[in-house]
Amino acid sequence: MTEPIVIRKGRPGFDGAAITVRGAKKSFGKFEAIKSLDLEVKQGEFFALLGPNGAGKTTLISLLAGLARADAGELSILGFDVNKEYRQARRAVGVVPQELVFDPFFTVRETLRLQSGYFGIRPDPKWIDELLENLQLRDKADSNMRSLSGGMKRRVLVAQALVHRPAVLILDEPTAGVDVELRQTLWKFIRRLNDEGMTILLTTHYLEEAQTLCNRVAMMKAGQIIALDTTQNLLAHHSRPSLTLSLDQGKALPAALMARATSLPAGRFRLGLEDFAEVEQILASCRSEGLEIKELEVGQADLEEVFVRIMRDTPR
Amino acid sequence: MRGFTTLFGKEVLRFWKVSFQTLLAPLVSTLLYMLVFAQVLDSHAEIYSGVSYREFLVPGLAMMAMLQNSFSNTSSSLIQSKLTGNIVFILLPPLSPFEIFAAYVLAAMVRGFAVGACVWIASLIFFPHFPAHPFELLVFALLGNALAAVLGLLAGIWSEKFDQLAAFQNFLIVPLTFLAGVFYSIHSLPPLWRDISRFNPFLYMIDGFRHGFFGVSDIAPLESFVIVAGCAFALSWLSLSLLSRGWRLRN
Repeated sequence: MTEPIVIRKGRPGFDGAAITVRGAKKSFGKFEAIKSLDLEVKQGEFFALLGPNGAGKTTLISLLAGLARADAGELSILGFDVNKEYRQARRAVGVVPQELVFDPFFTVRETLRLQSGYFGIRPDPKWIDELLENLQLRDKADSNMRSLSGGMKRRVLVAQALVHRPAVLILDEPTAGVDVELRQTLWKFIRRLNDEGMTILLTTHYLEEAQTLCNRVAMMKAGQIIALDTTQNLLAHHSRPSLTLSLDQGKALPAALMARATSLPAGRFRLGLEDFAEVEQILASCRSEGLEIKELEVGQADLEEVFVRIMRDTPR
Repeated sequence: MRGFTTLFGKEVLRFWKVSFQTLLAPLVSTLLYMLVFAQVLDSHAEIYSGVSYREFLVPGLAMMAMLQNSFSNTSSSLIQSKLTGNIVFILLPPLSPFEIFAAYVLAAMVRGFAVGACVWIASLIFFPHFPAHPFELLVFALLGNALAAVLGLLAGIWSEKFDQLAAFQNFLIVPLTFLAGVFYSIHSLPPLWRDISRFNPFLYMIDGFRHGFFGVSDIAPLESFVIVAGCAFALSWLSLSLLSRGWRLRN
């Protein structure tokens, strides 16, 4: 049986949000990267922050991590203000940056030992070995960072973010350039950390990952949050399962169905479903008209569709 | 405290891992200066009574090597980290501006001292000599290295590309060190240049250091100490203030 992972806790007795953002603003010259943004991520959540490139996700992460300073507003990690109580706030958070960065002077193990020290803790060889094992880096422990592939370097970044056992982990597109097998290994490990109580904030362009992993989702556009809800609610309110039918060329669906169907090329029609029980009614209606169904496909609701719809329907 | 010691250790390890470039190369180039200048000019000039030109050169060259290497250590480490992006490893942890400042500056001073010590030991080949005032020598070496390291830190913070850093080094640091009396006494200059030289803080570092070696100098050592310490203090304050604001680092 695997041992539980010990995670650093925040302020004693504190049971508020893991991440709190109130009225945060950040501009770069005339460009408003973040426009008066409010957000709360509860302790223990697996939270997705989604948005197109330039939406302000990385800027928001930078403000939380202390890599940039907000022009206005308050940001805190486990109740610690990221500016006034920066030491406690930074100890509570681990950040995997989007850029593939590394120090070419050191090996993987040296890098992790150094990172432990920067966080004011004695390097814990057992925890470092566990990180290397879980991120499949054990055989590269004594290799220089320069010699690693892009995917390996990204996994070292994940290990660096976890080396001080933070209560909150922020992952800024952690799976870019990581192959499928290693991506699955990574998510298995991150899920385990989440199960142990670690709060995870994830940004990704792989929306199926966000859908599978995250309990809540915030969508950003042009520096603002335009949608924020549980993954389930977003799927329920903005996306429906669908049924695609293929008929003989020139044939049409019964009039009642045709009114709500979308015509596709090659005699295909798509119908939105309220629930899956509707499939049988639709098929029965087709049979009663003597229509022969050549192909049938049931599509699940997915976050990608929700994302596209919300982005399209929200003006800048 | 552990954050500071780790960053300090990492900075020392960084230059140690490339010691051919960071320690041996400056030693060789300084020895070449000594060899060439001392051989060519030794019989022609005696700057101070009883001090041959080759003797006169040693402290100046040792100090110049120390200053240039202290400057290089902080400036190159910072600019490399900024350009490769690995500066985030320093900016994400709970390191205070003072810890970052102290770790970078002290590590650069270690490199400066290491180069200076190697130059001094190697110079014993040319003339066996023990400093007249070792404590004074140490104080000026300490202050000079610190001042150059802080200047390097400022250059690293300010620069956004290697070109800007090279400009800082080639158009400010190198002229200031070469025109600081390494190869001559300011008394040998025309009055106007002598007066201009007085605005060069590097002059006081080298002159004070030389006093520690021979017990003679162009400027009173106390005056040199006050000027060098004042400059080091003012530039340290400026660096700390920029680090606290995160200027060109946390943006």
